Amino acid sequence: MMHRDSLNSQQVMMYSVLGIALFLSVWYGAVALEVTPKQFLPSPHEVLIKLSSLLTQPFSGFTLLAHIASSFQRFLYGFLLAICIGIPLGLLMALSKNTDRLITPFFESIRFVAPIAWVPFAALWFGTGIGGPVLVIFMGAFPPVLINTYRGAIHVDKKFIEAAQMLGAGRLRLMVEVLFPAAIPSIVAGLRISAGLGWQSLIGAELIVASSGVGYMMVKGQASIQTDIVMSGMIAIGIIGLAIDIGLRMIEKLVSKYREN
Amino acid sequence: MTQWLGIISANRFPTPADTWASLKTIALRGYGNGKLHQHILQSIGLVTIAFLVSAAAGVLLGIFMGANRKIEAIVNPIFLTLRPIPPLAWIPLAIVWLGLGNSAKVMVIFVAAFVPSVINTFTGIRSLDNAQREAALMLGVSRFSYYTEVLIPTAMPLIFSGLRLSLQASWTTLVAAELVGAVLGLGSILNQAAQDINPAMILVGMMSVAVCGWLMTQLLAYLEKFAMPWRHT
Repeated sequence: MMHRDSLNSQQVMMYSVLGIALFLSVWYGAVALEVTPKQFLPSPHEVLIKLSSLLTQPFSGFTLLAHIASSFQRFLYGFLLAICIGIPLGLLMALSKNTDRLITPFFESIRFVAPIAWVPFAALWFGTGIGGPVLVIFMGAFPPVLINTYRGAIHVDKKFIEAAQMLGAGRLRLMVEVLFPAAIPSIVAGLRISAGLGWQSLIGAELIVASSGVGYMMVKGQASIQTDIVMSGMIAIGIIGLAIDIGLRMIEKLVSKYREN
Repeated sequence: MTQWLGIISANRFPTPADTWASLKTIALRGYGNGKLHQHILQSIGLVTIAFLVSAAAGVLLGIFMGANRKIEAIVNPIFLTLRPIPPLAWIPLAIVWLGLGNSAKVMVIFVAAFVPSVINTFTGIRSLDNAQREAALMLGVSRFSYYTEVLIPTAMPLIFSGLRLSLQASWTTLVAAELVGAVLGLGSILNQAAQDINPAMILVGMMSVAVCGWLMTQLLAYLEKFAMPWRHT
């Protein structure tokens, strides 16, 4: 074990297949031995069958696709709100010491509240439709956007800022044309973190208060002890979360390519 | 200051006086099946136990994955499939399997804390460069001291940043799990207060969540300093 025996790609492939096979056989084994009643532990293929049937047959009001659409819409609103407020505020904080001093203590004290703890207020203030969940997503997605924008912008060389000011750039132009482009790589990295947190906060919010969405579907499945529905929900959430991350990673690559040119 | 949000009616927004009154109520007379310190002890106790078990298992697996390519190749695909599922999504499954008691919460916290500790430990172990490894081997270290004196100290900073992430994830997940269903705990205060439409009590619950989360992070930061005395500069 001390020697790092490097494996060739064929071996890696073989072991990977072995790993998946191991995982599936433990799962099937548990089902076959009836460790728990079937209701609590469906076998892998049964989950997949359920997943595909949920795509067409509505459960608790909507089909899986409709649930996904309603979750994703909420996610998009909350995420965009976090971007629209987080980026300008981060730039402003990097530019002006006073704004920084004003916002930082407030922000630091709020950051320690887990986003999910906003659920009761969110529901009380904005209801359980779109407004409430959007607030929860915002609370999850906002801090990384703000912090990364700020960090990206604060490291801009003083010389550039002074040069721009000398050439007569006002504050707004300074923010838009100097600080923002410089902070882009850091901002995009922050967006990936914030999308992950936002997506996960949304699921939490939907588990607690919502009347549609993937999280809601899972709670309904849980209440009627339909483990296959709960697991289908988990798979759907995983896939969408992954898709969001891959999308943002592509943007990240595009941005760095563009900057090289 | 709290009234400027005109869009929200004033009776749904707690004033400082209300909040103070609620704090006194919960601390002295109790609210939602227990007094404040009982809720706090319940939540912190659960997080501590589940976090310790999970972090220990996660760090061990991370070390093995980092040190042995075969284990990495076997475990990695399983890991990659399960990783995109956020810990909060395990809550309904945990409830179906284990009910609303403590064991379901331990399960979700375990899931939440496991992934960051494995990934960071693994990355930390891999950050050992070849020159260092060869130097250690040339000096003829035993396998055991290779682990304890070379690999683990190298990985230590990353292991700790993994633990910090794990702890945060555990805390969030526990609060969510308690919001979904619990008899005692900080999340259950929030839940109860939301049902009673008692904004001041919600705020008390949120502040307790924040303060406890902050305290635990501080404790971990202290341990980190203690575990890596060489990083004092």
